[in-house]
Amino acid sequence: MFYVDLAVSGVVFGCMYALMAVGLTLVYGLLRILHIAHAAVFALGAYVTVLVANVSGSILLGFVAAIAMTPLCGIAIYRILYQPLLHYRPDVPMIASIGLLVFMQDGFRILFGEQGVTFVKNPLAIESVDMAGITLTFAQLAVLVVTLLIFVALHLFTTRTRIGVAWRATVSNPRMAASFGVDAIRVRYLNFGIGSALAGVAGGLIALLNNFVDPTIGYVVSYKALAIIVLGGLGSVRGTLVASLFLALVESYGTIFIGSYLNRDAIAFLALILVLMARPQGFTGVRTA
Amino acid sequence: MSAYTISLLSIVGINVMLAVSLNIISGFCGQISLGHGAFYGAGAYSAALVAVTTRNLPLALIAGALVGSMLGLIVGFASLRVRSDFLAVTTIGINFLFTGFVRKQGWLGGEMGISSIPPSGLGGTGNMVMIELFAAGTIAFSLYVNASWMGFAFRAVAEDEDAAATLAVNAVSYKLVAFALGTAFAGLAGALYAYFTQFINVDAFDFITSVMLMAMVVIGGIGSTFGVAIAAVALTLLPETFRFINEYRLLVFGGLLVLFISLAPGGLASLFHGTRARLRR
Repeated sequence: MFYVDLAVSGVVFGCMYALMAVGLTLVYGLLRILHIAHAAVFALGAYVTVLVANVSGSILLGFVAAIAMTPLCGIAIYRILYQPLLHYRPDVPMIASIGLLVFMQDGFRILFGEQGVTFVKNPLAIESVDMAGITLTFAQLAVLVVTLLIFVALHLFTTRTRIGVAWRATVSNPRMAASFGVDAIRVRYLNFGIGSALAGVAGGLIALLNNFVDPTIGYVVSYKALAIIVLGGLGSVRGTLVASLFLALVESYGTIFIGSYLNRDAIAFLALILVLMARPQGFTGVRTA
Repeated sequence: MSAYTISLLSIVGINVMLAVSLNIISGFCGQISLGHGAFYGAGAYSAALVAVTTRNLPLALIAGALVGSMLGLIVGFASLRVRSDFLAVTTIGINFLFTGFVRKQGWLGGEMGISSIPPSGLGGTGNMVMIELFAAGTIAFSLYVNASWMGFAFRAVAEDEDAAATLAVNAVSYKLVAFALGTAFAGLAGALYAYFTQFINVDAFDFITSVMLMAMVVIGGIGSTFGVAIAAVALTLLPETFRFINEYRLLVFGGLLVLFISLAPGGLASLFHGTRARLRR
């Protein structure tokens, strides 16, 4: 039963990783930028969820606010920071992105305090449900259901709608798509908007799961999500989903079996390096949005 | 000179060595590495172990450079397998693997680190002078490499690996040489750091350190030895000058980083060349 519990917590973590990383891989697929400030957008989502939920008394309203705020932030980052830097070597926008992450993280610390913020009322993190012998808190259940819904919706959006197809076309071949009349700039805004909204939801869910948000919340995301998108093959949504679950399960079991030799992050990166040595292009070599 | 100035100058010298050596790998040869902290740390730990057991300064410095370089060669082999951004994230992985491994090793002091490293016997000022000499040596070596045939080959590999191969430039061996050389200096810097603080802890070699070093390279101007050295000095002293706004140090630092790169994406080197070209006109 112990191993089943490990698997469950691994899958919950994997879902969180997937939501954090998918925006990052979308940005990479389109612009070839390692968008590290994505972690700050994620943190913004977490803060907005908690603060709005506390003011309004409704956790759902907190999520709505986060989904409204984070795309604006993401699009502003693209427009102001990345667009002028697109012609430079990829390390240049990457370092600018890191600078922005440091700036925003410290901004959150100054605005909302060293200790962070907690939900005034969060019944979801405490109450649990029993299913076939597996105990899940409502927050964990929410993570699983929301992730499933989001990925199904994303799949339908990119395959069944006109703008979704235009998006995929731009990712796989920007020039060809432009010659068919797809507005590349609007696709970029859409890309940052959706990716950031997903990060915002992930932030809110993490806040729900841990029942608190502190200024360092984005730090882990900044490097773990990078590992995930590389493992998934950079730019592939399907690969990112597989890589998230794989890495989370490896961490979950790894900390039990080799936890006395390596810590959680080191185990994840060891798995990453071993996979990359065998498959340098990650799990999936193909790019699809 | 006050003890504070001496220690500040020592750190400046060490950071110059690190940034200039990273520039050999990432700037000259185009292999993005975000794990320079691991080689720095490997050098510091091996030098500390040698220093504690033998109390021999030259031996410890050689050990630091050698171990740093050996680890660098291993990562160099990995760089043959993965390219560009895959390599960048692989090197982040090397950094986390290093810190995660050291934290769990009792014989390396684990979380506590290694204390009671014997002094170099040169005194504070002597130690500082030694560090500055090595830093100057690193800069001179970097300039020499850049002007040599090897520097030309590095640039060819950085520009276009496949095109370099058609000109009979052996990209594989040059990449390995770049990693071995750059990380040797990082290991040496680590050894000097161990003697400077006489106490090392794995936190000094984490991912943040590596990111900071990459920031020095980008701000200095990728591939420019002098630009990178000046950026290393500036980025080391900058947080010190912000001490009066201690509470907002990181905020100001992050903001300045963003602002500088937005205004001068080519770094200090391109700013300098731009101004000179304008003055000539």
